[in-house]
Amino acid sequence: MRPQISERYLPEKDSQACGLFGVMNTAGERFGGEMAINAMANMKVRGNGLGGGFAIYGLYPEFRDYYALHIMFERHQPGAKEMVDEFLADHFHVVYDEVIPTNKKATVLNPPVVWRYFVSPRRHPEEGNNLSDDEFVVEKVMHINTRIDGAYVFSSGKDMGVFKGVGFPEEIADYFMLDRLYKGYIWTAHSRFPTNTPGWWGGAHPFSILDWTVVHNGELSSYGTNRRYLEMFGYYCTLYTDTEVMAYAVDLLMRRQGLPIEVVSGIFAAPMWDIIEHMEPERRELYKTLRMSYAPLLMNGPFTVIVAHHNEMFGLTDRIRLRPITAAAAGDFVFLSSEEASIRAVAPRLDLAWTPPGGEPVVARLHTKDYLASLTRAV
Amino acid sequence: MFSHLLPEFLVERRSDRCIKCRVCERQCPNGVHHYDTELDLMFSDESPCVGCQRCVVFCPTNALSVYPHPTTYRPNASWTREKLQDLKKQAETGGVILTGSGNDKPYRIYWDHLVLNASQVTNPSIDPLREPMELRTYLGRKPDTLEVEVCGDRVSITSRLSPNVPVETPILFSAMSYGAISYQAFVSLAMAAKEFGTLFNTGEGGLPREMREKFGQNAVVQCASGRFGVDPEYLNSAAVVEIKIGQGAKPGIGGHLPGEKVAANIALTRMIPEGTDALSPAPQHDIYSIEDLSMLIYALKEATNYEKPVSVKIAAVHNVAAIASGIVRAGADIVAIDGLRGGTGAAPKAIRDNVGIPIELALAAVDRRLREEGIRHKCSIIAASGIRCSADVVKAIALGADAVYIGSAALVAMGCTLCQKCYTGKCAWGICTQDPYLSRRLNPEIASQRLVNLLRGWSHEIKEMLGGMGINAIESLRGNREHLRGVGLEGWELDVLGVKGAGE
Ligand code: SF4
Ligand code: SF4
Repeated sequence: MRPQISERYLPEKDSQACGLFGVMNTAGERFGGEMAINAMANMKVRGNGLGGGFAIYGLYPEFRDYYALHIMFERHQPGAKEMVDEFLADHFHVVYDEVIPTNKKATVLNPPVVWRYFVSPRRHPEEGNNLSDDEFVVEKVMHINTRIDGAYVFSSGKDMGVFKGVGFPEEIADYFMLDRLYKGYIWTAHSRFPTNTPGWWGGAHPFSILDWTVVHNGELSSYGTNRRYLEMFGYYCTLYTDTEVMAYAVDLLMRRQGLPIEVVSGIFAAPMWDIIEHMEPERRELYKTLRMSYAPLLMNGPFTVIVAHHNEMFGLTDRIRLRPITAAAAGDFVFLSSEEASIRAVAPRLDLAWTPPGGEPVVARLHTKDYLASLTRAV
Repeated sequence: MFSHLLPEFLVERRSDRCIKCRVCERQCPNGVHHYDTELDLMFSDESPCVGCQRCVVFCPTNALSVYPHPTTYRPNASWTREKLQDLKKQAETGGVILTGSGNDKPYRIYWDHLVLNASQVTNPSIDPLREPMELRTYLGRKPDTLEVEVCGDRVSITSRLSPNVPVETPILFSAMSYGAISYQAFVSLAMAAKEFGTLFNTGEGGLPREMREKFGQNAVVQCASGRFGVDPEYLNSAAVVEIKIGQGAKPGIGGHLPGEKVAANIALTRMIPEGTDALSPAPQHDIYSIEDLSMLIYALKEATNYEKPVSVKIAAVHNVAAIASGIVRAGADIVAIDGLRGGTGAAPKAIRDNVGIPIELALAAVDRRLREEGIRHKCSIIAASGIRCSADVVKAIALGADAVYIGSAALVAMGCTLCQKCYTGKCAWGICTQDPYLSRRLNPEIASQRLVNLLRGWSHEIKEMLGGMGINAIESLRGNREHLRGVGLEGWELDVLGVKGAGE
């Protein structure tokens, strides 16, 4: 329990609209950033240049056993890097670190320094062994984010990383030279249209915990209910955005509780009671129980979300499909996007393109055709 | 002793309209109207008039007006007419002043200082006439986590779940016992709850046997300090079992149903001899601490095979948040909180008007405390007292309630005019009375229809308000203070409510 001031003083949440894109090679083949970058450029009007970002999986195969920390340091807080270095040296074995190379000619405003560290946990004897490596890393990341002013961890998973900042996505891509330097088997991307926040590099998306990343577009009318429930499980919002709530909910249900997306979609975008009533008994019991038990995690209001972690990428839209998502497939590639046009712009020859109904997840998994499950129920 | 009391109401009869049909004379249980055969004239004596308006409504020619008596003492902000009258009443009787229904004093009504939100531009509002809009609510304890087993396409739940009871609208009827209210009124509530898919509450007077099979599944049965009518069959016939610790109208006070009201069927239902006083002690004499409460909760769970949620109802008092937390930890599945304006069949006026705190503040404090302790999901919260309209329901849910109890509002729907004379047993509307001449007036078919209409009307309005906020399921409003703003409240009040001021 943390001592609380009245909730009256908590900041209002941010409103925003966004564009999302995700592409995965289900054979695990790594590929460059052109598709993701061009797709985002195609959806330019969905952002206003105040936030763009990318998550890439299969990014650091040579360091795949180490947690890759992408950490940004504000230029006006010169002490932050030193503090973080000290903190990391204390709690981790840092096997390699470097500044993330950037394009000096890129047009972005006020960029922070972004550094990457490859680390493995170093436990002090007094800390015991109760925490799994993952939990250990989460705890340290939270420490940096909340206790060290001027430092913020973009991502902390293995063999993956997040690049993000203030600007249009293609500007961010240019700044970090994503098209030239990196390959991965999943790319997700996000552009942002905040209505009331000044741009802050840490506030851009994707939002990430360990190797989970969330890009999200939506306006949750249930935000207050969702946030309060998550607080009970130790998730305290610091950014006051819907995406943060969505990311924490994914973390709680999927990473911590190990529920598969097929179950989680029945919580975030729960079917109507009327539909549940008409299911066959076993499913009815399942959906009824999910909805009853996790009512506060129903994400009410328009949203589209693309979540990725190792070997898996999935997209989901709200239960009455107020923010549709388009899915498509071409060979081993599976695409998810806010707009069909952006997929066709980067992959003109598609085998399939479809619009899944509200609450029906599209799940792309390595070496499977699981994504086809949503096709049969497509609109 | 010659009475110094002033009459409370003035009865005016327009002679140009009166046709001397004597309806008013028959309708009035207090003997206000009377017909003089010799003079062929209607007369009235306003001193016993309670202002229940029964005669006004039933006069076929609209000849009657009944309004507060204009006679006043010299106006005095401190020594009001009411204070003077009460003084004189006590000087004449030496007794405790009794009253009925809820606190009528001008304490701040927070509902009237909270305004709701609606969607504009950034997210769409939802039209409940075209899109589904869900009010179903499950009452009971929810698990911390749900364990599931996935094999292929099939997902099965392996956690053990606590019992939960669904209601189709988050509005339940408050505890009103058979004995305090008439059989007709009691049955009307049961019929309406069943028809609409919600719950009524038996209060502490038991559930008549003949009603158990038909209405048990819509009943919250109470186990109160007098333990009237409690046996295993009673407990097992219900949907929810409720331990009554306190009542908003009279926190810390027991109850007293005088022997003259304990007729045969009431005696049978309460399991006491006919004609004996039914006395409910102030405390439950086996609960002097939170551990004792826990023992009773588990005794009731044992008695019902862990198949029913157990609710604990308390009056909202100063440290209500800590008490509620203890109740949840003691094993309750539902916490019902009854605030300062809760109604009653009979209570000492001094208690009704001065003890307890407003439900809005109590509710917000309890919700917050349970969340801070990480146990909010372990119980449902039902808020009660002074819920007058659908907007109050919406605001209560946004402040953290799962559902609300309505008592006075339901009685008004059946005919009650809040005349506050329930304790006299002479309710002109046939509600709070055991006099067959009076209770016969209430036809359960019609009264239950009025109640169902009320629930339907409110539910429609709630759906409209939800849709406006861009929400299509009531659970997404629960505790969602982002949709509330305060108007005309002071800083400390906003702090307790956890709500921003309008424009903030
Ligand atoms: S009910 Fe009306 S019309 Fe009939 S006797 Fe009374 S005042 Fe006259
Ligand atoms: S129930 Fe009857 S006696 Fe009680 S306040 Fe209502 S009308 Fe008056």
